[in-house]
Amino acid sequence: MRSKDTVRVGSGAGTSDDRLVPALELAERGDIDYLVFECLAERTVSRENLSRSKNPDQGYSPSLHARLRMVLPTCIAKGIRIVSNMGAANPLGGARAARKEAVDLGLGDFAVAVVLGDDVSSLVRHKGELRLIENGEPLESILPKMISANAYLGADVVCEALNTGAPIVLSGRVADPSLFLAPMMHEFGWACDDLPRIAQGTAAGHLLECTSSVTGGCFGWPGKKDVPDLARNGFPFADVKADGSVVIGKTPDTGGRLDVMTCTEQLIYEIHDPTAYITPDCVLDITGIALTQEAADRVRVSNAQARPATPTYKVNVGYADGYIGEGEVSYGGIDAVARAQWAAEIVKERLKLQGFGYEDFRVDLIGMSSLHGQVATRPEPYEVRLRMAGRTHDRKAAHAIGFEVRALHMHGPGGAGGACEPRVRDVLAVKSVLLPKSMVNAQVVVEGKL
Amino acid sequence: MSVRVYDLAHSRAGDKGNTSNISVICYDARHWEFLERELTEARVAEAFKHLARGPVRRHPLRNLKAFNFVIENALGGGVTVSLAQDIHGKSYSNVMLAIELPDPE
Repeated sequence: MRSKDTVRVGSGAGTSDDRLVPALELAERGDIDYLVFECLAERTVSRENLSRSKNPDQGYSPSLHARLRMVLPTCIAKGIRIVSNMGAANPLGGARAARKEAVDLGLGDFAVAVVLGDDVSSLVRHKGELRLIENGEPLESILPKMISANAYLGADVVCEALNTGAPIVLSGRVADPSLFLAPMMHEFGWACDDLPRIAQGTAAGHLLECTSSVTGGCFGWPGKKDVPDLARNGFPFADVKADGSVVIGKTPDTGGRLDVMTCTEQLIYEIHDPTAYITPDCVLDITGIALTQEAADRVRVSNAQARPATPTYKVNVGYADGYIGEGEVSYGGIDAVARAQWAAEIVKERLKLQGFGYEDFRVDLIGMSSLHGQVATRPEPYEVRLRMAGRTHDRKAAHAIGFEVRALHMHGPGGAGGACEPRVRDVLAVKSVLLPKSMVNAQVVVEGKL
Repeated sequence: MSVRVYDLAHSRAGDKGNTSNISVICYDARHWEFLERELTEARVAEAFKHLARGPVRRHPLRNLKAFNFVIENALGGGVTVSLAQDIHGKSYSNVMLAIELPDPE
């Protein structure tokens, strides 16, 4: 049991492809007050913008239906509030879909608070002079191909949405830790400039945002870092108090492990300068943080520090950037590597003969050099899988790679087996710019009656 | 005699754009100074030279008995455009763990 002055914020998804059931376990057995679903990878909003342009009712995360259908009966019965960025490129559409799910489940008609304003595409369209963070070039260079532009909003506007009292809050792009910080600000009335508490809440959010990465997922190593019952890994939550104290825990009676080692890996994950992890809410410094094991599967987080937030939002600009084509085929036994290398040369020559060119091209020998490149000291493996991939603006050229690799079955060196179908995918590239916060109109709209 | 980073520390790799960040976390805090002395930016850059253009920057995290290595130009342009199989470079932590260092004893 936990004390009454504690708010428990659970982490129900760390990507749109995350497992479904652990969130239900959290809702049923985790004694949580909030269930947060973080479901947007860098390019997801671009992809959903494309779905929305084909069908104006779509554009929210396709996983919204399955996730809500599963957890809504429990969450409504227990008064667990849901916070999620599953609104993606269409938070209003997502809100309508969520309300319909509730009605269909016989739970009644309820309101959804929707966070709007992250879509800044019409704004940046006239700001071609903004510089891309990645290469310093003007935004203008990718504007003609732009599909989406979304600001990473902060916890303030999500907190405002929670203040409406709606049982569900849906947003588009919001910084991942902010989704978790917002319920804490709402519950305890923390001000945006209450830096010690904002720092603790942001650190907690960062630890929770990848679900099982803090409970033994992406961690285990047989005999070295064993994880019990990893197939039934449980999802984490944070126990937070008004003074900003934070303890991370996980659903009881689930697999996995939660300790200082798992928390340390997640705390440093995707951080660059550890004194300056920039979120919309603050600039977090993790170099003073102490992680301590308080009990089995419970880790206390203390001494997070922060400086005030920057005056800008990071904006991800998604744009269409051609195609990636791929093909694969396998070679085994004597001289497997030599035959695969010969095969690669044949494919390259065939592509050249047809006049195809590529902005980037890559040959991998899976089993030998595909993950960490080629170094001379490794022994040759018994079998390898040849993989060839190229990026181009010509769809035919992209398709030709897989076509020619597959044709090695008949026309290449002896004994090629198991080629895959030619693969072609659209490239949705993402670059970013900084936009003054004062130019962005983050706001809350309520769908349905409160 | 030599020791691998693997023998003293665990590690996880993450991505942001074309930059990889790889943590190195001591099992035993007593090894932190040894790694501070031996696991230099230059040594890590050497281990990744066929994978990343760099530069490599090391951030100490004494409080977590850890280091954070930030390696730029490491991910084939970043997840959205990379031709690699492992577009996030999640497996890069294993390149870090395989680095050999002089025996601390």
